[in-house]
Amino acid sequence: MITLAKKLLSDASGKANLDVGDIVICNVDLAMIHDSGGPRRVKPILERLKRNVWNKKKIVVVTDHYVPVENDETRAIQALTKKWVKDNEIDNFYDEQGICHIVLPERGHLTPGLFCVGGDSHSPTGGAFGAYMFGIGATEMAGVLATGSIWIQTPETILMLWQNQLRKYVTAKDMMLAMCRKIGMGGGRYQAIQFAGETIRNLPMQERMTLSNMAAELGAQAGLIAPDETTIAYVEAAGGQVPINWRDFQIETAEETSNITQFDAANLSPQIAAPHSPENSDNACEFRDTAFDVAYIGACTGAKYIDLLAAADVLKGKRIAKGVILKVAPASLRDQHRAAEDGIMQILEDAGADFLANSCGICAGYGEDRLADGQVCISSTARNFKGRMGAQSSSVYLASPYTVAASAVTGMLTDPRLVMED
Amino acid sequence: MPRLWRLEGTIDTDVLAPGFYMKSPLPELADHCLEAVCPDFARTVRKGDVLLSDANMGVGSSREQAAEVLKYLGISAVIAPSFAGIFYRNAINLGLPVFTIDESFMRTPSLANGARVKFNFDAPELLILDNATCIKLIPIPDFLKELILDGGLVPHLEKRFLQEGSHS
Repeated sequence: MITLAKKLLSDASGKANLDVGDIVICNVDLAMIHDSGGPRRVKPILERLKRNVWNKKKIVVVTDHYVPVENDETRAIQALTKKWVKDNEIDNFYDEQGICHIVLPERGHLTPGLFCVGGDSHSPTGGAFGAYMFGIGATEMAGVLATGSIWIQTPETILMLWQNQLRKYVTAKDMMLAMCRKIGMGGGRYQAIQFAGETIRNLPMQERMTLSNMAAELGAQAGLIAPDETTIAYVEAAGGQVPINWRDFQIETAEETSNITQFDAANLSPQIAAPHSPENSDNACEFRDTAFDVAYIGACTGAKYIDLLAAADVLKGKRIAKGVILKVAPASLRDQHRAAEDGIMQILEDAGADFLANSCGICAGYGEDRLADGQVCISSTARNFKGRMGAQSSSVYLASPYTVAASAVTGMLTDPRLVMED
Repeated sequence: MPRLWRLEGTIDTDVLAPGFYMKSPLPELADHCLEAVCPDFARTVRKGDVLLSDANMGVGSSREQAAEVLKYLGISAVIAPSFAGIFYRNAINLGLPVFTIDESFMRTPSLANGARVKFNFDAPELLILDNATCIKLIPIPDFLKELILDGGLVPHLEKRFLQEGSHS
């Protein structure tokens, strides 16, 4: 049996017997672009190439970066995006519906076996659905839109094998921060990382998405998870077309899988990554007595329904500490509505949270709410590079939504188990 | 004479193309390239200069402006022991030569900031003129070499479409 990565690339390229390192041309099943790297950047290139989009049904456009518009420049970007979508007759257009990596699967666009590209570095999120998905820049995206194909170098598979059950208040985000420390941000070497084992199989889809999402932070091209019944149930509920042969992609290990790193979920504690890298992670309790200004629950990584639910679990009946602020930007409008129906948004509001738009916002250093000079933030997002979320002198700690919420309650970086009764 | 810019530590895409200036035109974005780690860079970099960075160069976002600003500012090659994948692809697609260097060479004392250098694309190597040292870089597949020589993906596709057109 071949690896899942090779199986997906073999199907997309029509070439059997791929060896690691082989460069092949793959046909693209789906290309996702957003308002920042999308129409405003690909339009002039397509015009120069004198080419229209190769298949309007295989293109998904999402506005999530310059949302809400804050000035004439960003207003012009959104106007251009809408006009391009109209001119190119793109039906799959999600305007201010949430962050692309969340909107794409919730609207049924991702299913096992697809070969997809996204104009955003967190595109490996699609790997959680057993699709090969990776991020590319705007010029390369224009090439895909013009030709429907892209070159790829057949990757080796690096297996992250997780055994046993996570303890309460320990999440996929904590698993990921532990992996960032273990193999480093370059550890993925732009190969395909695959998450496997009992722990993964027991995770719901939105937790699996957190792992695949941050395969980017491990330096991998893709972050794959073999599809199972959990995947199929999600895809069907989202209205996606499940391929009849989906079990062909149910590959966790292959004969050639030799690069395996093992983890014991039962021994994992909540993690915090110190500024300015996700690999600076350690047990949350090591950071006690660290003060901060802003607690942020946001982004594709850390503000999905399941993340809002985790935050509410901690914040129910509590208030955030004096002197800190809590900002919440639900990752999609649909997840926000669901959270509102379930009383989660009310719990967050009662605890003192301020709400921001369903967009990338502070995580990407965009918008008026970005961090000010010297501000310290604890965030459920993916990246804490210097200056990423605002001023160069600001700094960011990364953690799970549980840990961000617990820290908001105490005003200091806090292991969530310390504020929970059981 | 081209000079070497020796950057130390992690050079991520936010350092190369800060998020706050991403909405601005390229020349303005380029003014802020590397300002967090090397405030004089954008003002003093000259055409043909070579950039040498530590491992995992260009880690972070998919924004190709991270590579585009370097090309705009005149950088003739980016060399590092390893690159973040998206940055690497973006650089090639924009026709910016990117080459990996064996980690052991990184300790070469003459590979210092400001060294006078000459970069050779065809047989990839970096000549350090101050002491006549030649450092071999790791060759890349012909497919990628052709993309760079064509000037990046767009001119490459223009050439291809022209050929396809003339055949039909």
